[in-house]
Amino acid sequence: MLKLEHLKKSFGGVAATRDVTLDFADGSLSAIIGPNGAGKTTLFNLITGRFPPDTGRILLAGEDIAGLSQRRIVRLGIGRAFQVASLFPTLTVSEALAAAAQAHQHRETVLRSPFPLATTLKHGDEIMELLGLTRVAGILSRNLSHGDQKLLDIGLALALEPRVLLLDEPTAGMGPEERWRMIETVQRLWRARGMTLIFIEHDMDIVFKVAQTVRVLSYGSVLAEGTPDEVRTNPKVIEAYLGKSAHGTSGQGAAA
Amino acid sequence: MTSRWRDLGLAGLGLVLLLLVPVFGAPPAIRDFIMFGMAYGLLAMSLNLLIGYTGLVSFGHAMFFAAGAYAFGLAMQSGKFSIPAAFVLAIGFTALMALIVGAICVRLNEIYFAFLTLAFQMLFYNIILGWVSFTGGDQGLMGGIPRPKFLGIDLADRTQLYVFCSVAFVVCIAILRQVVTSPFGYTLRMIRDNQERAAFLGINVTMVKLACFVISACIAGVGGILLTLFVSGAYPNFGFWTTSGEAIFMILLGGSNVFLGPLAGTVILRLLNDITVSYTSHTELVLGIVILVLVLGLRKGPLDLLAERWENRRQAAAQAIRDAADKDAAKGGS
Repeated sequence: MLKLEHLKKSFGGVAATRDVTLDFADGSLSAIIGPNGAGKTTLFNLITGRFPPDTGRILLAGEDIAGLSQRRIVRLGIGRAFQVASLFPTLTVSEALAAAAQAHQHRETVLRSPFPLATTLKHGDEIMELLGLTRVAGILSRNLSHGDQKLLDIGLALALEPRVLLLDEPTAGMGPEERWRMIETVQRLWRARGMTLIFIEHDMDIVFKVAQTVRVLSYGSVLAEGTPDEVRTNPKVIEAYLGKSAHGTSGQGAAA
Repeated sequence: MTSRWRDLGLAGLGLVLLLLVPVFGAPPAIRDFIMFGMAYGLLAMSLNLLIGYTGLVSFGHAMFFAAGAYAFGLAMQSGKFSIPAAFVLAIGFTALMALIVGAICVRLNEIYFAFLTLAFQMLFYNIILGWVSFTGGDQGLMGGIPRPKFLGIDLADRTQLYVFCSVAFVVCIAILRQVVTSPFGYTLRMIRDNQERAAFLGINVTMVKLACFVISACIAGVGGILLTLFVSGAYPNFGFWTTSGEAIFMILLGGSNVFLGPLAGTVILRLLNDITVSYTSHTELVLGIVILVLVLGLRKGPLDLLAERWENRRQAAAQAIRDAADKDAAKGGS
Protein backbone atom coordinates (compact mmCIF):
# COMPACT_ATOMS: atom_id res chain seq x y z
CA MET A 1 0.00 0.00 0.00
CA LEU A 2 2.66 2.47 1.05
CA LYS A 3 6.22 2.14 -0.12
CA LEU A 4 9.13 4.44 0.64
CA GLU A 5 12.16 4.17 -1.62
CA HIS A 6 15.51 5.74 -0.77
CA LEU A 7 14.00 8.77 0.95
CA LYS A 8 16.45 11.48 1.91
CA LYS A 9 15.88 14.79 3.63
CA SER A 10 18.31 17.27 5.13
CA PHE A 11 17.69 20.51 6.95
CA GLY A 12 20.56 22.92 6.46
CA GLY A 13 23.17 20.19 6.26
CA VAL A 14 21.70 18.07 9.05
CA ALA A 15 20.42 14.83 7.60
CA ALA A 16 17.08 14.00 9.24
CA THR A 17 16.25 11.13 6.94
CA ARG A 18 19.03 9.16 5.26
CA ASP A 19 18.11 6.66 2.65
CA VAL A 20 14.97 5.19 4.16
CA THR A 21 13.35 2.32 2.28
CA LEU A 22 10.25 0.79 3.86
CA ASP A 23 7.23 -1.17 2.67
CA PHE A 24 3.90 -1.16 4.49
CA ALA A 25 1.56 -3.92 3.32
CA ASP A 26 -2.10 -3.21 2.60
CA GLY A 27 -4.12 -3.48 5.79
CA SER A 28 -1.14 -3.90 8.07
CA LEU A 29 -0.66 -2.48 11.54
CA SER A 30 2.91 -1.31 12.01
CA ALA A 31 4.80 0.56 14.64
CA ILE A 32 7.72 2.90 14.18
CA ILE A 33 10.04 3.23 17.13
CA GLY A 34 13.32 4.96 17.71
CA PRO A 35 15.03 7.31 20.12
CA ASN A 36 14.24 11.02 20.15
CA GLY A 37 15.61 12.68 17.06
CA ALA A 38 15.60 9.44 15.06
CA GLY A 39 13.50 11.09 12.37
CA LYS A 40 10.16 9.42 13.05
CA THR A 41 8.02 12.54 12.88
CA THR A 42 10.10 13.81 9.95
CA LEU A 43 9.20 10.61 8.14
CA PHE A 44 5.51 11.32 8.71
CA ASN A 45 6.02 14.88 7.53
CA LEU A 46 7.61 13.61 4.33
CA ILE A 47 4.85 11.08 3.69
CA THR A 48 2.11 13.68 4.24
CA GLY A 49 3.79 16.34 2.14
CA ARG A 50 4.53 18.80 4.92
CA PHE A 51 7.80 19.14 3.08
CA PRO A 52 9.07 17.31 0.02
CA PRO A 53 11.91 14.76 0.24
CA ASP A 54 15.25 15.79 -1.27
CA THR A 55 15.40 12.55 -3.22
CA GLY A 56 13.53 9.27 -3.27
CA ARG A 57 10.05 8.07 -4.02
CA ILE A 58 6.88 7.70 -1.95
CA LEU A 59 4.50 5.23 -3.57
CA LEU A 60 0.87 5.10 -2.51
CA ALA A 61 -0.71 2.06 -4.16
CA GLY A 62 1.97 2.31 -6.84
CA GLU A 63 1.56 6.03 -7.51
CA ASP A 64 4.44 8.37 -6.69
CA ILE A 65 3.18 11.12 -4.39
CA ALA A 66 6.56 12.64 -3.42
CA GLY A 67 6.50 16.40 -3.90
CA LEU A 68 2.72 16.72 -4.12
CA SER A 69 1.04 19.30 -1.93
CA GLN A 70 -0.20 18.34 1.51
CA ARG A 71 -3.76 18.90 0.35
CA ARG A 72 -3.43 16.63 -2.66
CA ILE A 73 -1.90 13.86 -0.57
CA VAL A 74 -4.75 14.11 1.94
CA ARG A 75 -7.24 13.82 -0.89
CA LEU A 76 -5.40 10.74 -2.16
CA GLY A 77 -6.08 9.01 1.13
CA ILE A 78 -3.36 9.55 3.71
CA GLY A 79 -4.72 10.77 7.03
CA ARG A 80 -2.74 11.83 10.03
CA ALA A 81 -3.18 12.54 13.71
CA PHE A 82 -0.65 14.67 15.53
CA GLN A 83 1.60 14.19 18.53
CA VAL A 84 0.00 17.25 20.10
CA ALA A 85 -3.70 17.05 19.22
CA SER A 86 -4.43 19.58 16.49
CA LEU A 87 -8.08 20.58 16.90
CA PHE A 88 -10.60 23.34 16.31
CA PRO A 89 -11.02 24.72 19.86
CA THR A 90 -14.35 26.53 19.37
CA LEU A 91 -16.15 23.69 17.59
CA THR A 92 -17.94 20.97 19.51
CA VAL A 93 -16.92 17.36 18.89
CA SER A 94 -19.90 16.67 16.64
CA GLU A 95 -19.43 19.95 14.75
CA ALA A 96 -15.74 19.30 14.19
CA LEU A 97 -16.34 15.79 12.85
CA ALA A 98 -19.19 16.91 10.60
CA ALA A 99 -17.01 19.76 9.31
CA ALA A 100 -14.14 17.36 8.63
CA ALA A 101 -16.51 14.98 6.85
CA GLN A 102 -17.87 17.75 4.66
CA ALA A 103 -14.32 18.68 3.66
CA HIS A 104 -13.76 15.06 2.70
CA GLN A 105 -16.92 15.07 0.61
CA HIS A 106 -15.80 18.26 -1.17
CA ARG A 107 -18.70 20.14 0.32
CA GLU A 108 -16.74 22.60 2.41
CA THR A 109 -17.84 25.55 0.27
CA VAL A 110 -21.56 24.75 0.14
CA LEU A 111 -23.51 27.95 0.80
CA ARG A 112 -27.08 26.95 0.10
CA SER A 113 -27.91 24.46 2.82
CA PRO A 114 -27.48 24.89 6.55
CA PHE A 115 -24.68 23.16 8.45
CA PRO A 116 -24.48 20.27 9.13
CA LEU A 117 -25.51 18.43 5.98
CA ALA A 118 -27.36 15.20 6.71
CA THR A 119 -24.74 12.97 5.07
CA THR A 120 -21.81 14.57 6.85
CA LEU A 121 -23.60 14.43 10.18
CA LYS A 122 -24.18 10.70 9.78
CA HIS A 123 -20.57 10.18 8.81
CA GLY A 124 -19.46 12.12 11.88
CA ASP A 125 -21.80 10.18 14.16
CA GLU A 126 -20.31 6.88 12.97
CA ILE A 127 -16.84 8.07 13.89
CA MET A 128 -18.00 9.25 17.31
CA GLU A 129 -19.54 5.82 17.85
CA LEU A 130 -16.37 4.03 16.76
CA LEU A 131 -14.12 6.09 19.03
CA GLY A 132 -16.52 6.30 21.98
CA LEU A 133 -16.88 10.06 21.64
CA THR A 134 -20.68 10.14 21.49
CA ARG A 135 -20.80 10.93 25.21
CA VAL A 136 -18.89 14.18 24.60
CA ALA A 137 -20.64 15.15 21.34
CA GLY A 138 -21.74 18.57 22.60
CA ILE A 139 -18.51 19.57 24.32
CA LEU A 140 -16.25 22.20 22.76
CA SER A 141 -12.95 20.73 21.61
CA ARG A 142 -11.03 23.04 23.95
CA ASN A 143 -12.98 21.74 26.98
CA LEU A 144 -12.22 18.05 26.33
CA SER A 145 -9.95 15.97 28.52
CA HIS A 146 -6.51 15.19 27.13
CA GLY A 147 -7.48 11.64 26.15
CA ASP A 148 -10.64 12.74 24.39
CA GLN A 149 -8.67 15.40 22.53
CA LYS A 150 -6.30 12.75 21.21
CA LEU A 151 -9.27 10.63 20.17
CA LEU A 152 -10.90 13.56 18.40
CA ASP A 153 -7.65 14.25 16.58
CA ILE A 154 -7.72 10.68 15.28
CA GLY A 155 -11.41 11.11 14.51
CA LEU A 156 -10.69 14.11 12.30
CA ALA A 157 -8.23 12.02 10.33
CA LEU A 158 -10.75 9.16 10.11
CA ALA A 159 -13.34 11.51 8.65
CA LEU A 160 -11.19 11.52 5.53
CA GLU A 161 -11.71 7.75 5.17
CA PRO A 162 -7.98 7.32 4.67
CA ARG A 163 -6.42 4.28 3.07
CA VAL A 164 -3.34 4.92 5.18
CA LEU A 165 -3.60 6.37 8.68
CA LEU A 166 -0.54 7.77 10.43
CA LEU A 167 -0.72 8.22 14.19
CA ASP A 168 2.07 10.22 15.78
CA GLU A 169 2.29 8.95 19.36
CA PRO A 170 -1.38 8.32 20.04
CA THR A 171 -0.65 7.65 23.72
CA ALA A 172 1.63 10.62 24.37
CA GLY A 173 1.04 12.25 27.72
CA MET A 174 -1.27 9.53 29.03
CA GLY A 175 -1.21 7.50 32.18
CA PRO A 176 -0.62 3.72 31.91
CA GLU A 177 -4.28 2.74 32.12
CA GLU A 178 -5.38 5.37 29.67
CA ARG A 179 -2.66 4.24 27.25
CA TRP A 180 -4.04 0.76 27.04
CA ARG A 181 -7.56 2.00 26.52
CA MET A 182 -6.32 4.24 23.73
CA ILE A 183 -4.38 1.48 22.03
CA GLU A 184 -7.37 -0.85 22.24
CA THR A 185 -9.41 1.82 20.50
CA VAL A 186 -6.74 2.12 17.82
CA GLN A 187 -6.77 -1.65 17.30
CA ARG A 188 -10.56 -1.65 17.14
CA LEU A 189 -10.74 1.03 14.48
CA TRP A 190 -7.97 -0.63 12.50
CA ARG A 191 -10.04 -3.86 12.41
CA ALA A 192 -13.27 -1.99 11.70
CA ARG A 193 -11.87 0.05 8.84
CA GLY A 194 -9.36 -2.41 7.40
CA MET A 195 -6.88 0.32 6.58
CA THR A 196 -3.14 0.46 6.67
CA LEU A 197 -2.18 1.90 10.04
CA ILE A 198 1.23 3.14 11.07
CA PHE A 199 1.89 4.52 14.52
CA ILE A 200 4.82 6.01 16.34
CA GLU A 201 5.08 4.81 19.92
CA HIS A 202 7.52 4.99 22.80
CA ASP A 203 5.97 2.44 25.10
CA MET A 204 7.67 -0.86 24.26
CA ASP A 205 5.03 -3.02 25.95
CA ILE A 206 2.41 -1.54 23.66
CA VAL A 207 4.54 -1.80 20.55
CA PHE A 208 5.49 -5.42 21.01
CA LYS A 209 1.99 -6.48 21.95
CA VAL A 210 0.02 -4.66 19.31
CA ALA A 211 2.07 -4.18 16.15
CA GLN A 212 2.35 -6.82 13.44
CA THR A 213 5.64 -5.40 12.30
CA VAL A 214 8.04 -2.96 13.92
CA ARG A 215 10.44 -0.58 12.19
CA VAL A 216 13.28 0.86 14.19
CA LEU A 217 14.72 4.20 13.14
CA SER A 218 17.99 5.60 14.41
CA TYR A 219 19.74 8.74 13.23
CA GLY A 220 17.46 8.94 10.23
CA SER A 221 18.03 5.42 8.90
CA VAL A 222 16.29 2.11 9.27
CA LEU A 223 18.13 0.14 11.93
CA ALA A 224 15.95 -2.95 11.89
CA GLU A 225 12.56 -4.22 10.85
CA GLY A 226 10.52 -7.33 11.39
CA THR A 227 8.03 -8.91 13.74
CA PRO A 228 8.08 -7.78 17.37
CA ASP A 229 10.03 -10.89 18.36
CA GLU A 230 12.63 -10.43 15.66
CA VAL A 231 13.13 -6.81 16.59
CA ARG A 232 13.26 -7.49 20.30
CA THR A 233 16.10 -9.96 19.87
CA ASN A 234 17.97 -8.01 17.23
CA PRO A 235 21.41 -7.21 18.75
CA LYS A 236 21.68 -3.92 16.87
CA VAL A 237 18.40 -2.75 18.34
CA ILE A 238 19.37 -3.83 21.81
CA GLU A 239 22.61 -1.95 21.55
CA ALA A 240 21.33 1.22 19.94
CA TYR A 241 17.94 1.68 21.38
CA LEU A 242 16.77 -0.61 24.11
CA GLY A 243 20.15 -0.25 25.76
CA LYS A 244 20.01 -0.73 29.49
CA SER A 245 16.42 -1.92 29.69
CA ALA A 246 17.00 -4.67 27.12
CA HIS A 247 17.70 -7.52 29.43
CA GLY A 248 14.35 -9.05 30.13
CA THR A 249 12.32 -6.04 31.19
CA SER A 250 11.15 -4.02 28.25
CA GLY A 251 8.74 -1.86 30.21
CA GLN A 252 10.84 1.28 30.26
CA GLY A 253 9.72 3.34 27.30
CA ALA A 254 11.92 6.29 26.48
CA ALA A 255 10.47 9.58 27.65
CA ALA A 256 8.13 11.16 25.15
CA MET B 1 -32.92 22.89 10.02
CA THR B 2 -35.79 24.54 11.82
CA SER B 3 -33.41 27.33 12.73
CA ARG B 4 -33.47 28.29 9.07
CA TRP B 5 -37.16 29.18 9.37
CA ARG B 6 -36.57 30.89 12.67
CA ASP B 7 -33.86 33.05 11.09
CA LEU B 8 -36.07 33.94 8.15
CA GLY B 9 -38.88 34.78 10.55
CA LEU B 10 -36.59 37.03 12.56
CA ALA B 11 -35.38 38.73 9.37
CA GLY B 12 -39.00 39.35 8.38
CA LEU B 13 -39.78 40.68 11.82
CA GLY B 14 -36.79 42.99 11.68
CA LEU B 15 -37.89 44.32 8.33
CA VAL B 16 -41.43 44.92 9.59
CA LEU B 17 -40.08 46.79 12.61
CA LEU B 18 -37.88 48.94 10.39
CA LEU B 19 -40.80 49.69 8.08
CA LEU B 20 -43.06 50.61 10.99
CA VAL B 21 -40.77 53.53 11.88
CA PRO B 22 -42.01 55.85 9.09
CA VAL B 23 -45.59 54.61 9.53
CA PHE B 24 -45.63 55.97 13.04
CA GLY B 25 -44.25 59.23 11.81
CA ALA B 26 -40.96 59.10 13.66
CA PRO B 27 -39.06 62.37 13.58
CA PRO B 28 -36.56 62.72 10.71
CA ALA B 29 -33.68 62.59 13.18
CA ILE B 30 -34.58 59.02 14.11
CA ARG B 31 -35.01 57.99 10.53
CA ASP B 32 -31.65 59.51 9.66
CA PHE B 33 -30.10 57.70 12.58
CA ILE B 34 -31.45 54.39 11.31
CA MET B 35 -30.29 55.04 7.74
CA PHE B 36 -26.75 55.82 8.88
CA GLY B 37 -26.93 52.83 11.17
CA MET B 38 -27.89 50.52 8.31
CA ALA B 39 -25.05 51.71 6.05
CA TYR B 40 -22.37 51.50 8.76
CA GLY B 41 -24.00 48.40 10.19
CA LEU B 42 -23.38 46.58 6.92
CA LEU B 43 -19.77 47.77 7.00
CA ALA B 44 -19.26 46.40 10.52
CA MET B 45 -21.25 43.20 9.98
CA SER B 46 -19.37 42.36 6.79
CA LEU B 47 -16.02 43.12 8.44
CA ASN B 48 -16.89 40.72 11.23
CA LEU B 49 -17.25 37.93 8.68
CA LEU B 50 -13.50 38.40 8.24
CA ILE B 51 -12.48 39.24 11.80
CA GLY B 52 -14.89 37.22 13.93
CA TYR B 53 -15.57 34.21 11.75
CA THR B 54 -12.38 33.76 9.74
CA GLY B 55 -9.79 35.38 11.97
CA LEU B 56 -8.65 37.76 9.24
CA VAL B 57 -8.17 41.17 10.85
CA SER B 58 -8.46 43.61 7.98
CA PHE B 59 -7.55 47.25 8.55
CA GLY B 60 -8.64 48.24 5.08
CA HIS B 61 -12.26 47.22 4.87
CA ALA B 62 -13.53 50.77 4.31
CA MET B 63 -11.94 50.76 0.85
CA PHE B 64 -14.75 48.48 -0.32
CA PHE B 65 -17.30 50.70 1.40
CA ALA B 66 -15.89 53.60 -0.62
CA ALA B 67 -15.59 51.49 -3.78
CA GLY B 68 -19.31 50.71 -3.69
CA ALA B 69 -20.15 54.33 -2.94
CA TYR B 70 -17.98 55.83 -5.68
CA ALA B 71 -18.78 53.24 -8.34
CA PHE B 72 -22.48 53.70 -7.72
CA GLY B 73 -22.27 57.49 -7.54
CA LEU B 74 -20.18 57.77 -10.70
CA ALA B 75 -22.43 55.38 -12.59
CA MET B 76 -25.49 57.40 -11.64
CA GLN B 77 -23.83 60.71 -12.45
CA SER B 78 -22.91 59.42 -15.91
CA GLY B 79 -26.63 59.28 -16.59
CA LYS B 80 -26.30 56.03 -18.52
CA PHE B 81 -27.60 53.66 -15.88
CA SER B 82 -30.77 53.00 -13.99
CA ILE B 83 -30.47 52.57 -10.23
CA PRO B 84 -30.65 48.74 -10.29
CA ALA B 85 -28.06 48.60 -13.09
CA ALA B 86 -25.74 50.95 -11.23
CA PHE B 87 -26.30 48.91 -8.06
CA VAL B 88 -25.19 45.71 -9.79
CA LEU B 89 -22.33 47.48 -11.52
CA ALA B 90 -21.06 48.92 -8.23
CA ILE B 91 -21.16 45.54 -6.52
CA GLY B 92 -19.42 43.99 -9.51
CA PHE B 93 -16.69 46.62 -9.33
CA THR B 94 -16.29 46.07 -5.60
CA ALA B 95 -16.10 42.30 -6.10
CA LEU B 96 -13.44 42.67 -8.79
CA MET B 97 -11.40 44.98 -6.61
CA ALA B 98 -11.73 42.59 -3.65
CA LEU B 99 -10.67 39.72 -5.86
CA ILE B 100 -7.47 41.48 -6.86
CA VAL B 101 -6.63 42.90 -3.43
CA GLY B 102 -7.68 39.67 -1.73
CA ALA B 103 -5.63 37.45 -4.03
CA ILE B 104 -2.54 39.31 -2.87
CA CYS B 105 -3.48 39.74 0.82
CA VAL B 106 -5.06 36.46 1.95
CA ARG B 107 -1.85 34.53 1.45
CA LEU B 108 -0.40 36.46 4.37
CA ASN B 109 -1.21 35.93 8.01
CA GLU B 110 -2.03 38.12 10.95
CA ILE B 111 -0.12 41.39 11.13
CA TYR B 112 1.13 41.12 7.53
CA PHE B 113 -2.39 40.66 6.25
CA ALA B 114 -3.59 43.59 8.38
CA PHE B 115 -0.91 45.94 7.14
CA LEU B 116 -1.20 44.98 3.52
CA THR B 117 -4.95 45.66 3.56
CA LEU B 118 -4.17 48.99 5.22
CA ALA B 119 -1.66 49.77 2.47
CA PHE B 120 -4.15 48.98 -0.30
CA GLN B 121 -6.69 51.18 1.41
CA MET B 122 -4.28 54.11 1.53
CA LEU B 123 -3.50 53.52 -2.14
CA PHE B 124 -7.19 53.58 -3.01
CA TYR B 125 -7.77 56.63 -0.84
CA ASN B 126 -4.96 58.49 -2.54
CA ILE B 127 -6.31 57.58 -5.98
CA ILE B 128 -9.65 59.11 -4.97
CA LEU B 129 -7.89 62.24 -3.68
CA GLY B 130 -5.55 62.55 -6.61
CA TRP B 131 -7.84 61.85 -9.55
CA VAL B 132 -9.69 65.14 -9.15
CA SER B 133 -11.21 65.26 -12.65
CA PHE B 134 -12.91 61.90 -12.12
CA THR B 135 -13.66 61.67 -8.40
CA GLY B 136 -13.75 65.33 -7.38
CA GLY B 137 -10.72 64.82 -5.14
CA ASP B 138 -11.14 65.94 -1.55
CA GLN B 139 -14.46 67.62 -2.39
CA GLY B 140 -16.03 64.24 -3.14
CA LEU B 141 -18.68 63.56 -5.77
CA MET B 142 -20.33 66.96 -6.02
CA GLY B 143 -23.66 68.01 -7.47
CA GLY B 144 -25.76 65.28 -5.97
CA ILE B 145 -26.53 61.78 -7.14
CA PRO B 146 -29.44 61.66 -9.60
CA ARG B 147 -32.13 59.21 -8.54
CA PRO B 148 -34.35 58.48 -11.55
CA LYS B 149 -37.47 56.41 -11.00
CA PHE B 150 -37.36 52.71 -11.72
CA LEU B 151 -40.20 50.17 -11.57
CA GLY B 152 -42.41 52.89 -10.11
CA ILE B 153 -40.01 53.45 -7.22
CA ASP B 154 -38.86 56.99 -6.60
CA LEU B 155 -35.81 57.13 -4.36
CA ALA B 156 -35.90 60.92 -4.35
CA ASP B 157 -38.80 60.45 -1.95
CA ARG B 158 -37.49 60.10 1.61
CA THR B 159 -39.94 57.39 2.63
CA GLN B 160 -39.39 55.27 -0.46
CA LEU B 161 -35.65 55.63 -0.05
CA TYR B 162 -36.01 54.48 3.52
CA VAL B 163 -38.02 51.43 2.49
CA PHE B 164 -35.54 50.60 -0.28
CA CYS B 165 -32.58 50.83 2.09
CA SER B 166 -34.36 48.77 4.76
CA VAL B 167 -35.05 45.96 2.31
CA ALA B 168 -31.49 46.00 0.94
CA PHE B 169 -30.15 46.03 4.49
CA VAL B 170 -32.25 43.10 5.70
CA VAL B 171 -31.44 41.08 2.57
CA CYS B 172 -27.71 41.63 3.18
CA ILE B 173 -27.99 40.60 6.83
CA ALA B 174 -29.91 37.49 5.73
CA ILE B 175 -27.17 36.68 3.22
CA LEU B 176 -24.51 37.04 5.94
CA ARG B 177 -26.56 34.82 8.23
CA GLN B 178 -26.83 32.25 5.47
CA VAL B 179 -23.06 32.35 4.96
CA VAL B 180 -22.17 31.83 8.62
CA THR B 181 -24.67 29.01 9.19
CA SER B 182 -23.75 27.12 6.01
CA PRO B 183 -21.06 24.47 5.63
CA PHE B 184 -18.91 27.27 4.18
CA GLY B 185 -19.38 29.22 7.42
CA TYR B 186 -18.05 26.28 9.42
CA THR B 187 -15.09 26.01 7.09
CA LEU B 188 -14.37 29.64 7.96
CA ARG B 189 -14.45 28.77 11.67
CA MET B 190 -12.06 25.87 11.07
CA ILE B 191 -9.65 28.22 9.34
CA ARG B 192 -9.95 30.73 12.18
CA ASP B 193 -9.36 28.05 14.81
CA ASN B 194 -6.58 26.08 13.16
CA GLN B 195 -5.56 26.91 9.65
CA GLU B 196 -2.98 24.15 9.35
CA ARG B 197 -5.34 21.44 10.43
CA ALA B 198 -7.98 22.78 8.04
CA ALA B 199 -5.48 22.50 5.21
CA PHE B 200 -4.73 19.01 6.40
CA LEU B 201 -8.36 18.05 5.97
CA GLY B 202 -8.01 18.91 2.29
CA ILE B 203 -9.47 22.41 2.48
CA ASN B 204 -8.07 24.95 0.07
CA VAL B 205 -7.49 27.59 2.72
CA THR B 206 -6.40 30.35 0.35
CA MET B 207 -9.41 29.97 -1.94
CA VAL B 208 -11.87 29.84 0.94
CA LYS B 209 -10.33 32.96 2.48
CA LEU B 210 -10.48 34.71 -0.87
CA ALA B 211 -14.15 33.82 -1.34
CA CYS B 212 -14.90 35.09 2.14
CA PHE B 213 -12.97 38.28 1.45
CA VAL B 214 -14.97 38.95 -1.73
CA ILE B 215 -18.36 38.21 -0.14
CA SER B 216 -17.52 40.46 2.77
CA ALA B 217 -16.34 43.26 0.45
CA CYS B 218 -19.55 43.08 -1.60
CA ILE B 219 -21.69 43.53 1.51
CA ALA B 220 -19.53 46.48 2.57
CA GLY B 221 -20.03 47.82 -0.96
CA VAL B 222 -23.81 47.68 -0.50
CA GLY B 223 -23.34 49.67 2.71
CA GLY B 224 -21.45 52.28 0.70
CA ILE B 225 -24.21 52.40 -1.92
CA LEU B 226 -26.86 52.95 0.76
CA LEU B 227 -24.81 55.75 2.28
CA THR B 228 -24.34 57.38 -1.14
CA LEU B 229 -28.07 57.24 -1.81
CA PHE B 230 -28.72 58.70 1.61
CA VAL B 231 -26.27 61.62 1.60
CA SER B 232 -26.51 62.07 -2.17
CA GLY B 233 -22.77 62.13 -2.55
CA ALA B 234 -19.59 60.20 -1.94
CA TYR B 235 -16.62 61.50 0.02
CA PRO B 236 -13.03 60.35 0.33
CA ASN B 237 -13.37 59.79 4.06
CA PHE B 238 -15.67 56.83 3.30
CA GLY B 239 -12.46 55.06 2.36
CA PHE B 240 -10.07 56.60 4.89
CA TRP B 241 -8.44 54.37 7.47
CA THR B 242 -10.41 56.00 10.28
CA THR B 243 -13.59 54.57 8.76
CA SER B 244 -12.05 51.10 8.89
CA GLY B 245 -11.03 51.82 12.45
CA GLU B 246 -14.57 52.87 13.31
CA ALA B 247 -15.86 49.56 11.94
CA ILE B 248 -13.41 47.69 14.16
CA PHE B 249 -14.60 49.83 17.11
CA MET B 250 -18.17 48.82 16.34
CA ILE B 251 -17.21 45.16 16.43
CA LEU B 252 -15.37 45.65 19.73
CA LEU B 253 -18.27 47.59 21.23
CA GLY B 254 -20.85 44.98 20.33
CA GLY B 255 -19.03 41.67 20.26
CA SER B 256 -17.42 39.59 17.57
CA ASN B 257 -18.71 36.20 18.68
CA VAL B 258 -22.38 37.00 18.31
CA PHE B 259 -23.87 37.27 14.85
CA LEU B 260 -25.58 40.62 15.42
CA GLY B 261 -22.86 41.91 17.78
CA PRO B 262 -21.34 44.36 15.27
CA LEU B 263 -24.79 45.78 14.57
CA ALA B 264 -25.33 46.40 18.26
CA GLY B 265 -21.88 48.00 18.28
CA THR B 266 -22.89 50.26 15.41
CA VAL B 267 -25.91 51.46 17.35
CA ILE B 268 -23.87 51.97 20.53
CA LEU B 269 -21.12 53.86 18.70
CA ARG B 270 -23.52 56.15 16.87
CA LEU B 271 -25.56 56.77 20.02
CA LEU B 272 -22.42 57.58 21.99
CA ASN B 273 -21.34 59.85 19.21
CA ASP B 274 -24.68 61.65 18.88
CA ILE B 275 -25.18 62.05 22.61
CA THR B 276 -21.69 63.22 23.50
CA VAL B 277 -21.52 65.60 20.55
CA SER B 278 -24.33 67.68 22.03
CA TYR B 279 -22.41 68.15 25.28
CA THR B 280 -18.80 68.33 24.25
CA SER B 281 -16.58 68.58 21.22
CA HIS B 282 -14.31 65.89 22.69
CA THR B 283 -16.35 62.92 21.46
CA GLU B 284 -13.20 60.92 20.70
CA LEU B 285 -12.17 61.22 24.32
CA VAL B 286 -15.45 59.67 25.46
CA LEU B 287 -15.21 56.92 22.86
CA GLY B 288 -11.65 56.23 23.86
CA ILE B 289 -12.59 55.84 27.51
CA VAL B 290 -15.46 53.47 26.65
CA ILE B 291 -13.18 51.34 24.50
CA LEU B 292 -10.56 51.27 27.25
CA VAL B 293 -13.13 50.11 29.77
CA LEU B 294 -14.33 47.38 27.40
CA VAL B 295 -10.89 46.18 26.42
CA LEU B 296 -9.29 46.34 29.88
CA GLY B 297 -12.38 45.56 31.93
CA LEU B 298 -14.57 43.15 30.03
CA ARG B 299 -11.94 42.02 27.50
CA LYS B 300 -14.84 41.42 25.10
CA GLY B 301 -17.99 43.01 23.76
CA PRO B 302 -21.08 43.13 25.99
CA LEU B 303 -22.94 40.71 23.71
CA ASP B 304 -19.96 38.34 23.82
CA LEU B 305 -20.38 38.28 27.57
CA LEU B 306 -24.00 37.19 27.27
CA ALA B 307 -23.12 34.61 24.63
CA GLU B 308 -20.39 33.24 26.87
CA ARG B 309 -22.82 32.76 29.75
CA TRP B 310 -25.15 30.92 27.42
CA GLU B 311 -22.32 28.78 26.04
CA ASN B 312 -21.09 27.96 29.54
CA ARG B 313 -24.49 26.66 30.51
CA ARG B 314 -24.68 24.49 27.42
CA GLN B 315 -21.18 23.20 28.11
CA ALA B 316 -22.12 22.35 31.67
CA ALA B 317 -25.07 20.37 30.34
CA ALA B 318 -22.88 18.56 27.81
CA GLN B 319 -20.32 17.74 30.50
CA ALA B 320 -23.06 16.38 32.75
CA ILE B 321 -23.99 13.97 29.96
CA ARG B 322 -20.36 12.85 29.72
CA ASP B 323 -19.97 12.40 33.46
CA ALA B 324 -23.14 10.32 33.63
CA ALA B 325 -21.93 8.15 30.74
CA ASP B 326 -18.51 7.69 32.34
CA LYS B 327 -20.11 6.72 35.64
CA ASP B 328 -22.23 4.13 33.88
CA ALA B 329 -19.19 2.74 32.11
CA ALA B 330 -17.25 2.51 35.36
CA LYS B 331 -20.12 0.67 37.02
CA GLY B 332 -20.48 -1.72 34.10
CA GLY B 333 -16.73 -2.35 34.08
CA SER B 334 -16.33 -3.22 37.76
